[in-house]
Amino acid sequence: MTHSPHPPNQSPGYRSTLLRAPAQAPVPFKADPDAIELTSPVFGHDEVGALDADLTRQHSGEPIGERITVTGRVLDSDGRPVRDTLVEVWQANSAGRYIHQGDQHPAPLDPNFTGAGRCVTDAEGRYRFVTIKPGAYPWRNHNNAWRPAHIHFSVFGRAFTERLITQMYFPGDPLMPFDPILQSIPDAAARERLVSAFSLELTEPEWALGYAFDIVLGDTPMETP
Amino acid sequence: MTLTPSQTVGPFYGYALPYEHDWELVPEGHPEAITLSGRVLDGDGEPVPDALLELWLGFTGDRGALLRGDGLVSGFGRCGTAPDGSYRFRTVRPSGPYLSLQIFARGLLRSVLTRVYLEDRPDPLLDSLDPARRPTLIATGSGDSYHFDVRLQGTGETVFLDF
Repeated sequence: MTHSPHPPNQSPGYRSTLLRAPAQAPVPFKADPDAIELTSPVFGHDEVGALDADLTRQHSGEPIGERITVTGRVLDSDGRPVRDTLVEVWQANSAGRYIHQGDQHPAPLDPNFTGAGRCVTDAEGRYRFVTIKPGAYPWRNHNNAWRPAHIHFSVFGRAFTERLITQMYFPGDPLMPFDPILQSIPDAAARERLVSAFSLELTEPEWALGYAFDIVLGDTPMETP
Repeated sequence: MTLTPSQTVGPFYGYALPYEHDWELVPEGHPEAITLSGRVLDGDGEPVPDALLELWLGFTGDRGALLRGDGLVSGFGRCGTAPDGSYRFRTVRPSGPYLSLQIFARGLLRSVLTRVYLEDRPDPLLDSLDPARRPTLIATGSGDSYHFDVRLQGTGETVFLDF
């Protein structure tokens, strides 16, 4: 069984966990081949639009910001591609502002940027998004708290137990050591898995910087009788 | 391989993850439709207004998980909670004894996974629980209307599965 890389839900440095993190230990699964959590919803390529993965072409004009591509593969714990699965992303604009009405950060909205995209992985488990680099933004967790630039990722695996929502960060971001959400992950090597890699190979001349970000989904711990 | 760690869904998923008719796994008027509704509550018993719930029935249905319409049945749905912490799904009964429910929220660094049993019955998981916690996985109601609250923490905390 793989050691869990996930942050403990009780992470007091992230204040919102205080009243929301379960206090009781989770209950182990019983070995049961019929457990429906071991199956997953399926997604057809016709369920997403061709332009859904290009966040720079969802409005009449181009968004302000540094154009980037984010590419990677969704893999299982044995390194096999997870094909035909749904990948969803959302992010702030280049000024660090979400279009969500709850975001009150006094930075400008961009009429040409919504910040949401989705795609279905190909036969190699690959996904690709075109977007702009999100900005950092302040939040009220503690005095002078800023989130490092990040893109939210939502991914399905081959089982409902492999379902993962996470955040992708950018290499060299000076805010990462101060972020209680990223730092809630105890293991430094596991935190590093959430930092994308800049790739000159993926960078397209005269057009967009390329970042690589692979996602590895876990298997289910099962208690055998 | 090293697994990718989880991070919170945060407060701002609302313009990205919900989709049209996401909470309706079956169309209105479907002969076998049931409703499952309830609230998500925090450790003080206060409503959680920014949680996202995903319901999985264990079968695909007629088409992919996102598509709706044409009277078709889907095995997957989503619902964001309202300001009073409430959610609702229109679904059909699962093929087995329970529905799988996953909850995401600001303040949850990883989602929590639970089961909604429509009736109390002998079951390997239910029977393994502290009897005092068993009722947290049993929906109340009957016929075509069921109620299931998710208590993230504190008195009556819902049983969550290790995954």
